[in-house]
Amino acid sequence: MTARANEKANETGTAAAVHAPRAGGPGEGMPVSLRNITRAFGATKALDGMSLDIAPGELVALLGPSGCGKTTALRIVAGFEFADSGEVLVGGRDVSGVPAAKRDMGMVFQSYSLFPNMNALDNVGFGLRMRRTAGAQRRSKAAELLDMVGLSAQAAQFPHQLSGGQQQRVALARALAIEPRVLLLDEPLSALDAKVRLQLREQIRTLQQRLGTTTIFVTHDQEEALSMADRVGVMRSGKLEQLAEPSELYSRPATAFVAEFVGTMNRLPGELTAAGSTVTVLGAACPVIEGGPASGPVDVLVRPEGLTVAPAEGGNGIVTHRTFLGGTTRVAVLLSGDTEVRVDVTSAAAAPMTPGTAVQVGLPATPVLVAPREP
Amino acid sequence: MATLTPAAADEATSTDNSKKRLRPRQQRSGAWRWVVLLIAGVYFLLPLYAAFRFAGLSGFGDVFTTPGFGSSLWLSIRLAAVTWAISMVLMIPTTVYVHLRMPRMRRLLESVTILPIVIPPVVLIIGVLQVAPLALRASAWLLALEYVILALPFSYRALDAGLRAIDVKTLSEAAGSLGAGWLVTLWRVILPNMRTAVLSATILIVALVLGEFTMASLDLQQTFPAWIVLFDQENAQISVAASIFALFVTWIFLMLITVIATRQSRRTGGAEVTLFTVAPRQTIGN
Repeated sequence: MTARANEKANETGTAAAVHAPRAGGPGEGMPVSLRNITRAFGATKALDGMSLDIAPGELVALLGPSGCGKTTALRIVAGFEFADSGEVLVGGRDVSGVPAAKRDMGMVFQSYSLFPNMNALDNVGFGLRMRRTAGAQRRSKAAELLDMVGLSAQAAQFPHQLSGGQQQRVALARALAIEPRVLLLDEPLSALDAKVRLQLREQIRTLQQRLGTTTIFVTHDQEEALSMADRVGVMRSGKLEQLAEPSELYSRPATAFVAEFVGTMNRLPGELTAAGSTVTVLGAACPVIEGGPASGPVDVLVRPEGLTVAPAEGGNGIVTHRTFLGGTTRVAVLLSGDTEVRVDVTSAAAAPMTPGTAVQVGLPATPVLVAPREP
Repeated sequence: MATLTPAAADEATSTDNSKKRLRPRQQRSGAWRWVVLLIAGVYFLLPLYAAFRFAGLSGFGDVFTTPGFGSSLWLSIRLAAVTWAISMVLMIPTTVYVHLRMPRMRRLLESVTILPIVIPPVVLIIGVLQVAPLALRASAWLLALEYVILALPFSYRALDAGLRAIDVKTLSEAAGSLGAGWLVTLWRVILPNMRTAVLSATILIVALVLGEFTMASLDLQQTFPAWIVLFDQENAQISVAASIFALFVTWIFLMLITVIATRQSRRTGGAEVTLFTVAPRQTIGN
């Protein structure tokens, strides 16, 4: 690896700057930084001053609704798009002027991208062929990577003979074969069915951790992001809304957008008191997490598991329906004032709460997030 | 359509209900198929048979020794080869570039490339003969340049259909991220996957050049078709024999290309070789 990097570094021009010798081998990824990236397509700003720092070997998921700029960000790192302003640093060096072919980045695409005219082994070996690796060495390396994704038996098969999941695994092996400085995954699982998606999710994560390759993973599936990533960046209109570990993102969302985009969230009308430091909701006074509005009409944001519910004659709500989720059951309750909330309780506790049952919904006096009330 | 639908629905139900009702209908449609085939066969083969009768066996024997036969056929073959080469060098990078970088231009290109069909060949060749430099006007290769234009509607459409069947953008980005420059991407990734389309374009170009008469005769070039017409006035029998021979040679050539292409694409799971449509590759399940 080091030898190859050195050889490349001897070439002239910008490429040499990027291919600086790298302390090779698995376990040592590259730090990646996006600095104040802006990119506009006509009047729409796909990226609006986005900054992001990724530690070596880290897997960061970019999560957001379609059109939030996550794919544009990835394509700028890959070199398929160019930023209007800002810079992309890989291993501390700006790669903005380096063409995609010289960036040494492995990419797995959303749509099937295997070369139809080559079998699985040749697909995996393509990047090595571009690096002028000798035939025998190339084939053994490609075979090793196919083995890593569990597809040794399919080496001689052409893409049309492989299933969608197998194709994406070959694509992953192909991206990893060049020992990329950064691995870029652009919704690689979204074309697959649920079961295959789950298996592949684990496989990608295991491989990525074993190789220690810095990875950016773009997805609109929050479950995928939360289960795979070291840190998740939630994006909205070209900006990073919050970058945090999955557990923190879920329990301590920085903004109302993040709170409602990640997981299920209830909105309950509340009354700010004590200059905005507490809020009265469901008859209880709860401390407010800083960062929300200090006055005006507000909603309190609470997760389904943050509420309590119990049958009660003359309670504050009526059960409308229940969703059985295995160990827990999600109970939908219509509160007086036409607010509907969802509450998670153990399935045993939910048994007596048939639709139509009068219940009392409560909120323990824990710190809560508030947001300006939505009409 | 309205009259067809009830019948089709009826047929669908009868498939699982009664085989007795289905059988006569199947037989009837089978019989119709033969009638259509027979009419079409007579329509195409009768003139051929008549030509055979007229030429007689002796005509065929004399074709090859007739002056002008060899040289005109050789000229036509060379013209076909040059036309093909220019068309490919010009059109493959163009269509790929348009697909990748200017997808909105596809409509425009489609309508521009149809122009040679709309404008009569007579107009094209006379216009060109007026303005072409003298050196070019005296040479047979002017015809090749004209044929490139004349073949545009076919070559562009065949290549465009081939490119539409593959995800050019993703494939070239994948190749790019693996370190391939654009030339390598075109040669190793895009071109092998549009082989069927290239062969379709080849078939169409060759068939066109081997059969074109108007331009060649106005340009005073004795191509094979021009020679057949000219010789017809001298010896009609030999001329007819020559045209049957030309038909046969062209047919053999086209069959050969089709067979090779189909065998190739079957190996890599590509589409059947047809002229303007290339069926997209299918992925089996997940």
